[in-house]
Amino acid sequence: MAALTQVFGRLLKAVLTLLAIAVLNFFLVHAAPGDPAVVLAGEAGAADEQMIAQLRARFGLDQPFHVQLWTYVSNVLTLDLGYSFRQGAPVLDLILDRLPATLLLTLSAFVISLTFGIALGVAASARVGKVSDSILTTFALLFYATPLYWAALMAVLVFSVQLGWLPGFGYETVGADYSGLARVLDILKHLILPAATLGLFFMAVYMRMTRASMLEVSQMDFVRTAKAKGLSGPVIRRRHILRNAILPVVTLAGLQAGQLIGGAVLTETVFAWPGIGRLMFESLAARDYNTILGVFLVSAAMVIFFNILTDVIYRLVDPRIGART
Amino acid sequence: MIRRFSKHKGAMIGVLILAIVVALAVFAPLLYPRGPWAMVQRPFLQPMAMEGFLLGTDTLGRDVAAGLVHGARVSLLVGLVSTLVALLIGVPLGALAGFYGAWVDEGAMRFTEFFQTIPNFALAIVLVAILEPSLTSITLAIAIVSWPPVARLVRAEVMAVKSREYVDAARLSGLSNRRILIEQVLPNTVSPIIVLASLMVATAILLESSLSFLGLGDPNIMSWGYMIGAARTVIRSAWWLSFFPGVAIVLTVLALNLIGEGLNDALNPHLSRKGHA
Amino acid sequence: MSPVLEITDLSIALPAGADRPLAVSDMTLTLNAGEILCVVGESGSGKSMTANALMGLLPGGVTVGGGTALFHGQDVLQLPETARQQLRGSRIAMIFQEPMTALNPLMRIGDQIAEVFAAHNKFTPAERRQKALDLIQEVGLPDPKKIIRAYPFQLSGGQRQRAMIAMALALEPEVLIADEPTTALDVTTQAQILQLILDLRSRRGMAVMFITHDFGVVAEIADQVIVMRQGQVVERGAAAVVLTHPQHDYTKRLLAAIPSGALPDAREIAPVPVLELRNLNKVFRTGGGLFRTAREVRAVDNISLSVARGEVLGLVGESGSGKSTLGRSVVRLVTPDSGQVLVDGVDLAALTEEELRHQRDKVQMVFQDPYASLNPRHRILRALIDGPIAMGKSKSDATTRAHELLEIVGLGAEAASRFPHEFSGGQRQRIGIARALAMEPDLIVADEAVSALDVSIQAQVLDLLRDLRARMGLSILFITHDLRVAAQLCDRIAVMQTGQLVEIGPVQQVFLTPQHPYTKQLLAAVPGADWQQAHDLRSGT
Repeated sequence: MAALTQVFGRLLKAVLTLLAIAVLNFFLVHAAPGDPAVVLAGEAGAADEQMIAQLRARFGLDQPFHVQLWTYVSNVLTLDLGYSFRQGAPVLDLILDRLPATLLLTLSAFVISLTFGIALGVAASARVGKVSDSILTTFALLFYATPLYWAALMAVLVFSVQLGWLPGFGYETVGADYSGLARVLDILKHLILPAATLGLFFMAVYMRMTRASMLEVSQMDFVRTAKAKGLSGPVIRRRHILRNAILPVVTLAGLQAGQLIGGAVLTETVFAWPGIGRLMFESLAARDYNTILGVFLVSAAMVIFFNILTDVIYRLVDPRIGART
Repeated sequence: MIRRFSKHKGAMIGVLILAIVVALAVFAPLLYPRGPWAMVQRPFLQPMAMEGFLLGTDTLGRDVAAGLVHGARVSLLVGLVSTLVALLIGVPLGALAGFYGAWVDEGAMRFTEFFQTIPNFALAIVLVAILEPSLTSITLAIAIVSWPPVARLVRAEVMAVKSREYVDAARLSGLSNRRILIEQVLPNTVSPIIVLASLMVATAILLESSLSFLGLGDPNIMSWGYMIGAARTVIRSAWWLSFFPGVAIVLTVLALNLIGEGLNDALNPHLSRKGHA
Repeated sequence: MSPVLEITDLSIALPAGADRPLAVSDMTLTLNAGEILCVVGESGSGKSMTANALMGLLPGGVTVGGGTALFHGQDVLQLPETARQQLRGSRIAMIFQEPMTALNPLMRIGDQIAEVFAAHNKFTPAERRQKALDLIQEVGLPDPKKIIRAYPFQLSGGQRQRAMIAMALALEPEVLIADEPTTALDVTTQAQILQLILDLRSRRGMAVMFITHDFGVVAEIADQVIVMRQGQVVERGAAAVVLTHPQHDYTKRLLAAIPSGALPDAREIAPVPVLELRNLNKVFRTGGGLFRTAREVRAVDNISLSVARGEVLGLVGESGSGKSTLGRSVVRLVTPDSGQVLVDGVDLAALTEEELRHQRDKVQMVFQDPYASLNPRHRILRALIDGPIAMGKSKSDATTRAHELLEIVGLGAEAASRFPHEFSGGQRQRIGIARALAMEPDLIVADEAVSALDVSIQAQVLDLLRDLRARMGLSILFITHDLRVAAQLCDRIAVMQTGQLVEIGPVQQVFLTPQHPYTKQLLAAVPGADWQQAHDLRSGT
């Protein structure tokens, strides 16, 4: 029962957040310099007078402000994200078409960064003060300071241009018409560089956090208890320190989902990865605001999805959460 | 405190790097008086291929070194100003939420949470795109996406300090809420705010460069991100055009992160993450 | 009796830059089977370090400097780490002070107990579970089947300490090291845990090294006593001898500093009330939300009482009794839900924030934590004059008075220009008292004002309060969990339990002829109560 109301509360919050973003979008359109209808139509040349008039009628731009707001928000709620005049297709279709590629990229990067970040953080914390720890932390510090898109470009330069090991462009080999397993392998090959470079920065974040958290937890009273029981170092680290140390990392990972999705815009741009980030970049150049705002809304929805995901993980790990109510 | 900071090896390296970057930025007009846009040599000049053009020239024959030095000004300026603006939003909001609690806290935190849920880079893109790219809109956009962590930190610190007994004592002394918040509570939250601010400048520089990379920079101003973005398409033939600006970003951001860590260890020794073996 | 453990000339070195080079020097002790040895000392005496050195649990930077610790003739300090690890938990076990943090919050109690067997490769999983159940039963935890599946946060402090003991007993160790295991517990829970340790000792015949700061606890359980000070043993001997005929000056001072159970003579106090509480109520609600019902705690439940001018009223109770909430309601740091707080005829509970600010000089408070009660960034003078100035005093008058008060509390006027970190805990408490006095209040609420102090410092601060009471005719509401402290200073005692006032009366009456069962229970639980009475009779007070 308690769990059910919690799930309900969480979903309600998600819907409210999306609603608030729709409202924010509406205000952004109106904050833009110039006629909102022109803004929505995209670059001035892309829409003729008649189209603008149509738009004005459709969004009720001649109506009072609150009616306009209501029209806009209710459109969004019925998943009507408007029409991209540049691309000649509804924004929702454009996004749905590109969404799988982005999900594949961000989820892979998320898993890679979390797995390696935690593993390396644990390794570093076990060797505190030794050379291997210094090397790991120095690398983490470097990756932490490296712009995503630059890391991506350099990876293309080295692994694709110079060494020719991996493709540095696209989602799959154009014109190869692979099917079945061959296609999957082809996509995976294309995925490696984008996912690795997107995950690199976050791996550094999680590694630093895990290391710090492990060291902090290892000073706690219950670890001393475990030692007093006669447990061996590795057992203490695995069973007592790690589980407690991982909780703040999971929380952080959830909070950073937004950054991961933001980073996808850059990665997809560099690798010509056909996801919604790339769509956003293309729309920027074309001043296709309708699409930009649509991608923005969908990316926020993805963040909410990631947040709920980490919330679930957290609940599985920490017995105190569910029982507290 | 200063002694602890100066003993921090990483922080000293950071200070050194940052000092060089700041010096280059300040003296940019003297070093390259013709500005970053001047076409001074033939295009695609390799690094060290010609004397006086240590880092080569770009697709239009502009000196890469001039671009780097002038670009440093934008990076530092945007990083600093946007962080200040973010502090101006986050500190009061967090302080009020933490100090007054109840519905003030509830409201402020829902607001903050909302901004934290929005993917911040995507929001920055949308803001700059809609407000038209300019130094002001970029700075503002970065500030708007960067303040939530400040508000959360300040709130948590204020709540911790507020429950100290000396704050109760101040209340019993008949001091007003405003005086208690300003004189007793906030001064004791300054250290973590300083640490966070130094890290925020680093993040802001990364954000600015990313926006410029996507072509959302101020069109009249040379910046590191713009240089990389413009060179992206010629990466196969002219690697140095994207390489050097990237190194500049990495070094500057690294320096600020190192300083932030040094400050953290110096200001909050009990929170020091070093740990004992 | 045969010695199980013999420590000879043990010294423990602190890292460079510590306040002294050796945490412990030339420590020698013998622990016999079936014997309880108490190591007593104030904070910083090195008593815990000795135990940690034995277990190989010294904090980073602290090392064994020399000496031997023979366990069955084998020097444990020289053993390789793997051998020590096998020793820990199986033949020498340890329990700690903080039951709240000493258990892994993410692991079930049963698993944490069974883990001891696993660590030493004993038994099958099913047997481990059965053993865990038996142990839970043995340490007196209710409903073992449920406890075994519970997480630490679902247990009370006393229950957690029992679970810790169950773990320590799992492999029937020959030596149990107990490091202040009852310090964080309420007095009635403490009495139960002490009894449990006594029972287990006689049932299993194990040797116990019990570390404590409390001579009351020593009197309760010790066979042998070692008194430590600044890392050195100053006195040792049979408990009965040390407690009654201490040889060393330090031991004598410590024993003298213990609030004696001796009750002060009744004073004549005119019944002019300075504080009157009428039907005071405060309920805390937590965890309420859109879909959840709030949990309610009645912290103050319809309490009426009064404090006369010049009187010290002791308010005693265990944690969660609501005594602190009552105290904070009196100074209106907490606003009561209903009822009146009349000070000098003014109802503080009814004032608006603004009116209240101008009436803040009526009641002042002395706080518990000497390290949190002064703003680290302000000089002492500022703490003492901010209030009087806010009340309309001139800065020069306030400063003059601040200097006088610092003299009165025994610190000297020059303390005014210094910062809090330059003072010790006891000195800070004196500053806190001066700060309260600077407002010239009608009433002072002292909330556990001496609880955080070592016993010798505690005695000094109590002396100061007694002195001030005599000199200034102070009225004090003295809140404490320690009945022995209350007996020393108070004219009347009020006893609280779960938000209710269960008994109130003159100190003689409450201590000698308690009426309410809870008061009787509290008095019986005071450690060393019997010894204390004998001690007082002997010393003729």
